[in-house]
Amino acid sequence: MAIKKLTGAQAVLEACIAEGAETIFGYPGGAIMPIYDALYDYNDKLKHILVRHEQGGIHAGQGYARTSGKVGVVFATSGPGATNLVTGLADAMIDSTPLVCITGQVFAHLLGTDAFQETDIINITMPVTKWNYQVTDATEIPGILAKAFYLARSGRPGPVIIDITKNAQIQSFDYEGYTPCNHIRSYRPKPVIRKNFIDEAVALINNAKKPLVIFGQGVILGKAEKEFKKFIEKSGMPAAWTILGLSALATDHPQNVGMLGMHGNYGPNVLTNECDVLIAVGMRFDDRVTGRLDKYAKQAKVIHLDIDPSEIDKNVKAHVGVWGDCKETLPLLTLGIQEKDRSEWLKVFADYTQQEYDQCIKEELNPSTEEMTMGEVIRIVNETTKGNAVVVTDVGQHQMVACRYAKFNETRSNVTSGGLGTMGFALPAAIGAKFGALDRTVIAVIGDGGIQMTIQELGTIMQTGVDVKIMILNNQFLGMVRQWQQLFNDKRYSFVDIQSPDYVMVAKAYGIEGAKVEHRKDLVKAIETMLAHKGSYLLEVMVGKENNVFPMVPQGCSVSEIRLK
Amino acid sequence: METNTEKQEYTITVYTENQVGLLNRIAIIFSRRKINIGSLNTSPSEIDGIHRFTIVVMESRDVVMKIVRQIEKQVEVLKAYFNTNDEIVWQELALYKVLSEEITEKVKVERLLREYGARAVAIRKDFIVFETTGHREETNKLMKALEPYGLVEFVRSARVAIIKESSGFHEKLKDFEKREPSEEVIENEYLGKREAVFTM
Repeated sequence: MAIKKLTGAQAVLEACIAEGAETIFGYPGGAIMPIYDALYDYNDKLKHILVRHEQGGIHAGQGYARTSGKVGVVFATSGPGATNLVTGLADAMIDSTPLVCITGQVFAHLLGTDAFQETDIINITMPVTKWNYQVTDATEIPGILAKAFYLARSGRPGPVIIDITKNAQIQSFDYEGYTPCNHIRSYRPKPVIRKNFIDEAVALINNAKKPLVIFGQGVILGKAEKEFKKFIEKSGMPAAWTILGLSALATDHPQNVGMLGMHGNYGPNVLTNECDVLIAVGMRFDDRVTGRLDKYAKQAKVIHLDIDPSEIDKNVKAHVGVWGDCKETLPLLTLGIQEKDRSEWLKVFADYTQQEYDQCIKEELNPSTEEMTMGEVIRIVNETTKGNAVVVTDVGQHQMVACRYAKFNETRSNVTSGGLGTMGFALPAAIGAKFGALDRTVIAVIGDGGIQMTIQELGTIMQTGVDVKIMILNNQFLGMVRQWQQLFNDKRYSFVDIQSPDYVMVAKAYGIEGAKVEHRKDLVKAIETMLAHKGSYLLEVMVGKENNVFPMVPQGCSVSEIRLK
Repeated sequence: METNTEKQEYTITVYTENQVGLLNRIAIIFSRRKINIGSLNTSPSEIDGIHRFTIVVMESRDVVMKIVRQIEKQVEVLKAYFNTNDEIVWQELALYKVLSEEITEKVKVERLLREYGARAVAIRKDFIVFETTGHREETNKLMKALEPYGLVEFVRSARVAIIKESSGFHEKLKDFEKREPSEEVIENEYLGKREAVFTM
């Protein structure tokens, strides 16, 4: 093959094509202009989505990665373009989302001179990236991009940022084709599985009277949903999820006992402190899951499966740390464990579920009050979509309610900002989620606070015509903070009273259809209209102002001290 | 268990690729947790092109273990070890500048040199520079001895350390270069005996 000349900019785009990253979210600017100039000629091979803000771009990249299972690609310029990515990088880092972000940078000879739109983005993003690198010479580009994609997706996934100086984008060089990377000598994506730990784990599970499986996003990231299902089904164990593990196991699976953590379900929280063996699969014992650590599952033997060795023993000491990719470790465990009838143990969960239903869930889903609740909105969505939609949530009360009550049949259906809790995540993430799963219905559930943080992305929806259903649950408060102020700060409602614009008019200004529901009698119809509508739609639902999310594990309390009211 | 939470001096040895910015990546692992780095040295290692960091911290075993895992997680880090002082041989180098006038009049310089194992690395009309190598206490001793005679400048280098039990990195590196390396390279060779020296 004859060696052809390419510019650095072209080499970047060739890498995106070779890696199957056909959708790119980005925003142009001075230092990334050569890449955008090259993109002009790649229109047939790459789809570029022009966002309204780089933060919107990166959240869209995250949404895309989460529903598609592919690496999200984001372009931004130097300086403010790059710094606007930081929140998304931090979010992707803590939620293990594979991203490759390309930022433009000033000419190499200007580095360190405080040039126009120069920012040291490599050092700024160091703590929030799995890896980052600055390219100053075009010949490095194919190799570095190959490395970037490999690092973003392999092992425990994460965001990578590649900063490319303008001269390197312009520079022509002899392009010898693109070779994907699958080995870096200093990088081990997966620890080797050791049989003795598998055996120890199997023995613990087989001797367990009351085992509890808790699972996180590792199951989804490892594409191990089937393996996980077989594992729990063989031994009849109850399984509870973190909010990032949600949808890895169908909601109505008989062994799915619900959500863990601060606003999780009653049973799995209380019984975490009663189980004899706790089997954690691809989760990292976040403080919102564990509550007070010194009172967390102290009675249980802990088995922890994780691909990232630094997670084992980080927060909770594991009696058996099963290092490895759960797609490989779960089948090994399944092989060894005995088939067991654990219906009595599952019955204990069912009893707790009943108590929770009577004291919280019933009223939340079918309220007796005049005011609408977030829970009933989600219930109607469930009934209308039959659990087949992708639900993207923002952060706050509506997020907890949506995660608690949304039903899912399929994996990769729940997209939320878990670890970082980024308000403003949902709208752009939903845009990306839709591009990542074009055949699915995507519903963004957002509070009246979060929507106002990235509302400009309605412009992206307008311009691309992407079909996203936007559901604003408006309680006229920054509800989660208000709830805490009510419970812990004597109702001193400090700056949580937030006003909203007329969302339907705002949507209209962007050419998006919309409606507002203020009374229960209109709710079902409104949701059906939204879902039946061709194209994007914004539905604002006025819900009770001072409803609280319960159950709740108050901060500093043990999971077994969960409050039902 | 108590030994795991008691603070003591640990020496962390990190083998890395030679990459711009890696020092920063490693440093922020400490600063993020508000852990003070007692001393830090970067140098070549026994292998051409592989860097060796030697980092000293005063921390509990639990904390050091977590830090070492975070360090090993960095893409360009090949391997990280941590050791207590009895598991390593270490040295620090110290330089002392004193005024010639003062020191030659009041002290028997030869005796000083002999007693503290010091060398004079520069002797000028106006000042003399001594050098010692050794453990902290040893280099401190000479500092104390010189203080009464107007110690003008004092500086001590970071610790450099050799791990007694280590057989070097040559064999391991060969393993790292393979696509299917041995278990030892990939994971904690001491996982089975938790209380032994930890590596990942």
